[in-house]
Amino acid sequence: MIEIEIDGKKVGATEEETVLVAARRLGIHIPALCYHEVLSPYGSCRLCSVEVVRRGRGKVVTACLYPVSPGLIVKTNTARIKRLRKGIMELLLARSPSSETIQKLAKEMGVGETIFPKENETCILCGLCIRVCDEIVEAHAISLVGRGIEKKVATPFIEISDACIGCGGCAYVCPTGAITIEGEFIKFGDNTFGKLNEFRKKDTGETIKEALKMDSKDNKNE
Amino acid sequence: MAYRTHLMVCAGTGCVANGSLGIKKALEKEVKRRGLEEEVLVVTTGCNGFCGQGPIMVVQPDGIFYERLKIEDVPNLVEEHLLKGRPVKKLMYVPPEEAKPIPKMMDIPFFGDQLLIALRHRGLIDPENIEEYIAQDGYSALAKVLSSMTPDEVIEEITASGLRGRGGGGFPTGMKWKSCRKAKGTPKYVICNADEGDPGAFMDRSIIEGDPHSVLEGMTIGAYAVGAEQGYLYVRMEYPLARKRFNIAVDQAREYGLLGRDIFGTGFNFDVEVCRGAGAFVCGESTALMASIEGKVGEPRAKYIHTVEHGLWNKPSCLNNVETWTNIPVIILQGAKWFASIGPGDVSRNPWGGSKGTKIFSLAGKVYNTGLIEVPMGITLRDVVFKVGGGVPNGKRFKAVQTGGPSGGFIPESLLDLSVDFDRLVEAGSMMGSGGMVVLDENNCMVNMAKYFVSFLVEESCGKCVPCREGLKRMEEILERITKGEGKEKDIEVLEEIGIILKDGALCGLGTSAANPVLSTIRYFRDEYEAHIREKKCPAGVCKELIKYEISEEKCTGCTLCARKCPADAISGELKQVHGIDTSKCIKCGICYEVCKFDAVVKK
Repeated sequence: MIEIEIDGKKVGATEEETVLVAARRLGIHIPALCYHEVLSPYGSCRLCSVEVVRRGRGKVVTACLYPVSPGLIVKTNTARIKRLRKGIMELLLARSPSSETIQKLAKEMGVGETIFPKENETCILCGLCIRVCDEIVEAHAISLVGRGIEKKVATPFIEISDACIGCGGCAYVCPTGAITIEGEFIKFGDNTFGKLNEFRKKDTGETIKEALKMDSKDNKNE
Repeated sequence: MAYRTHLMVCAGTGCVANGSLGIKKALEKEVKRRGLEEEVLVVTTGCNGFCGQGPIMVVQPDGIFYERLKIEDVPNLVEEHLLKGRPVKKLMYVPPEEAKPIPKMMDIPFFGDQLLIALRHRGLIDPENIEEYIAQDGYSALAKVLSSMTPDEVIEEITASGLRGRGGGGFPTGMKWKSCRKAKGTPKYVICNADEGDPGAFMDRSIIEGDPHSVLEGMTIGAYAVGAEQGYLYVRMEYPLARKRFNIAVDQAREYGLLGRDIFGTGFNFDVEVCRGAGAFVCGESTALMASIEGKVGEPRAKYIHTVEHGLWNKPSCLNNVETWTNIPVIILQGAKWFASIGPGDVSRNPWGGSKGTKIFSLAGKVYNTGLIEVPMGITLRDVVFKVGGGVPNGKRFKAVQTGGPSGGFIPESLLDLSVDFDRLVEAGSMMGSGGMVVLDENNCMVNMAKYFVSFLVEESCGKCVPCREGLKRMEEILERITKGEGKEKDIEVLEEIGIILKDGALCGLGTSAANPVLSTIRYFRDEYEAHIREKKCPAGVCKELIKYEISEEKCTGCTLCARKCPADAISGELKQVHGIDTSKCIKCGICYEVCKFDAVVKK
């Protein structure tokens, strides 16, 4: 057990824990869109950025990935961090203006309107769907393809995938509703990932929900 | 067999593209025809760096330098120089604004002001022949290390030399090696990063193409120091010749027992595998590179846990750039003291305390001598641009130099006396990067330059993190608007704000440095932004939407040339009458401006 300090409060943490986990235990709220407690951290949304202070100087790190170390001093709500999160939120709001999750988070951070031209993209490329598929279901049916602004989540060759077992885990975990279950199909825009079958519709869906602890407060982006 | 003369024909990519292999064949034919084949040997070498002047040939031992050779020059050259002993003046280099040619290579300022350490075998050896490398003391550093030094002694030597990573980060190499040696876990790996992706930069390609064994020897020494038995060279897809020559080097080294099991009978094992990239700029970032070798999506990850502890396949991995590796054998042979005596700062107590040795730059843009140069750290930008580079051509005025590749910053004329080293460049809002250097003159628009590099980075961002993916796209949109004359008063402020989000929030080095071209141009050339936004004018006359061409009534002689060359039929006028441009048809290609012999076409 080691001791660290977050926003002036001392908290015990075990080695290999991250700042985000320690902060949440302390009840300190750090926003995060691409984080899920049962999945490996990815660090793409950057909303969980916090400052760690070393030799009097602050450095911005992502809480979901930054490992705790003895005597670590963390500040989660400095002017620098607020400014950064606000900026990120403006960018996300421009990408996905119709997403309720994004709207809610934006409001929480005091971002009312984005100054950038609005797009109509629901997926924010947080990668949660891919990690569920890789780490929980172990089906490895979807991945990121392309790069930069062309990047998207897809099955190989954007075709219905044999690897998809139709569990729907990707749709459950998606924070913005970009992946949907339409009738018997799991869809992401024009790309049909796979088909839900009878057995999976009944059982796997519930199992996945349970594995993802969907009832946990932290996993509802609240 | 001893030859009296060696004809060293450059076979670097630039010269090959200009036909140097044809020159080589023609030389061999002519030498034979003249019965000189017992006395004169034609040799192909690696890149000489003076790529703008290719194809290049150096006659040794006298060191006479010939440039821009054509096959039809060969018979005369052989007859005059090799038979009659009269070097051919018209094939020699003539400095800018002078009439007299310079016969000897080392008297040419481009070469004479350089200091070759990493490129020490430039133009001297055949890169496909290991014996030529060995003849230049090749592999003797490895022999010294394996026979008389402990791994810790090797690391101490490299640390004391003050060598810092040449790929851009500038991390002290000895420190990195030490952490990797101390890291728990086996096996360990050494990796050579040859995924050189900066537009116009080709330092690493040139080293591998010209001197592959020096990289291999450096890696082998590094492997011994950190305790690795396996190495990887990750080379970009676009470098087929480098890959071929490195593979030849690996095969030859294995054959000579310099790679493989029980090297020099010391019980040390090491081998290298070549991995080919798939064309992604971001895979030059160390963690993305390792993901790519593993067959995963080429995305960087956070480096809070260092790759020297958990790198390739989660094992301790020591990654260095090509230029870093190639410096290793020389440091071992000539000593840390010698290396640390070159360049500014003091590294005796703090490895971050200075910039030591040399740096290779690829000098491009509006400069008389373009190509690859190796200069001592601490040289001023002025010396690089005006001495080695020969200054700005066509009597134009120097405006700025961009260092550090696409995410480097632009440095203005007022800072030309800046010392070229890791720390001063960062202070000026740019960086050393891997060594791109682009010179700009008065005809370059800084807003347009910033837009160009931001567009490159938008294309090459991996898209993982929000600041880089979304932020750069928004920057590009704003810059696009400004260059079209649709800029808003608040745009500069918004660009700066996105810059801060990128610096603080982006995941990897690509993202955190991506705003440099924008922030540095705002810092030093704010007036140009303001002219675009407020007056809807491009002071350099580059942004098409903001300029128009007109024909001066006083100067036009009615020669009709512009009208004939105009691709849009926008110019009309009778012979010997003043011409006029129909602005509704004009596509602003600038051809009329360029072809007019009387300066009658004016840009407004």
